[in-house]
Amino acid sequence: MTVAEAITEESRPKLADFVRVEFDKARERWILQAPERVLVLDETGKEILDRATGAVTVSEIAARLAEEYDAPADVIQHDVLTVLRLLAEKNFLEIVDDQP
Amino acid sequence: MTSLEAPTKQTTSAGQRPPVAMLAELTHRCPLQCPYCSNPTALSRRSDELSTGEWVDIFRQAAALGVLQIHLSGGEPTARTDLPELIAAARENGLYTNLITAGVLLTPEKIQTYKESGLDHLQLSIQDNEAANADRIANYKNGHTKKLAVAAWVREAGLPLTVNAVVHRQNLDHLEAIIDLAAGLGAHRLEIAHVQYYGWALRNRAALMPTADQVARANAAAATASETYRGRMVIDYVVPDYYARRPKRCMDGWGNQFFAITPRGLVLPCHAAETITGMTFSSLRDHTLDWIWRQDPAFQRFRGTDWMPEPCQSCEFRDRDLGGCRCQAFAITGDAAATDPVCALSPNHDLLVAMAEDSAASGAPNYQHRR
Repeated sequence: MTVAEAITEESRPKLADFVRVEFDKARERWILQAPERVLVLDETGKEILDRATGAVTVSEIAARLAEEYDAPADVIQHDVLTVLRLLAEKNFLEIVDDQP
Repeated sequence: MTSLEAPTKQTTSAGQRPPVAMLAELTHRCPLQCPYCSNPTALSRRSDELSTGEWVDIFRQAAALGVLQIHLSGGEPTARTDLPELIAAARENGLYTNLITAGVLLTPEKIQTYKESGLDHLQLSIQDNEAANADRIANYKNGHTKKLAVAAWVREAGLPLTVNAVVHRQNLDHLEAIIDLAAGLGAHRLEIAHVQYYGWALRNRAALMPTADQVARANAAAATASETYRGRMVIDYVVPDYYARRPKRCMDGWGNQFFAITPRGLVLPCHAAETITGMTFSSLRDHTLDWIWRQDPAFQRFRGTDWMPEPCQSCEFRDRDLGGCRCQAFAITGDAAATDPVCALSPNHDLLVAMAEDSAASGAPNYQHRR
């Protein structure tokens, strides 16, 4: 099973070590840098990736964002999973297991 | 090269957009002699190469201009003993730093040093999956075996690995095995690049051009493998354009997102641009990078879409392919402003197809190694 297929609400997503989230000063926007790829992040994308540290679950990320944006939790959770699966398909994401 | 996946607005009058990525050809020196080498047929001498200090200043200028990613290449960039300093300088300027190497000069210690200097990613070339054929193509004994060891060292150092395989008539039937080899080496990404016929490769076209049948099988194999390895290894497939009907969006447009710097400091809109004889390119020894990107006539020549002739100018695909490849137009028609002959709408398309078929059918086994 690939990482993208394995992500659930209880997964703890973590950006791969070689991926960098940076502010692009020349164009005044947030970006994700990876080998041969630059992804432009919108505000939500940036918020999700800031929390993809391997410490919190997808549900917790979604709950926090739902509170912050005063939006329905199920909708946000769906969005979060979509973004993370997209990144996992590109090999930019790891899942940290509960068991060390 | 670096692709931008973005909700960005692409304008056709792309005059003042900052560049996204740059290729730094640190040297033309290389122990390998691949017959499709993308370096020019007239190679720069070591004594003409930019110094460490000149490169460091260029990296600073590039970052200030808006460059996000740098590809350190050659020739063989690890032939430069100052490579750790150059990697560190690129990283200090915030550039996402990629090393493009043939690997044969590497040791575990060198790879560790590059990592500690700030290297983000390493791209390793292979010539085939079979050692004997790979070493014959590169004209370098035991090179393939060494590359397999290098891939393992890269992964042990914790660096992400891209494997790059250039394919042509003399290895294309091994494509499935090449893909499996890259996956076995732990590659995060595999770049399968059909030979592009400029410079050395154009000279060796009769020995390298695949047949249409080979290409059809390879296209299918690459598509199947992309599914098989989904989520484990990303496969980027550069199509063989002599057999295509629509031109590639070459360099994401001339002077639009990318530039290359030669070992002696010329700035090019594409690493093959020097094949367009009659065009002159500016040197960083005479001008700033900012001036060259914004003002150099060579960069403005094919920027945007105003330069296009018919049938391109009124074509519905104009903004999608940005006119295809200028080097190819020049190589086939002698006119760099002509419609890319890959396009089925080009008056020279049938000529290109005939060239491909003749080259492939010639069965010429021998090529001239780069030297």
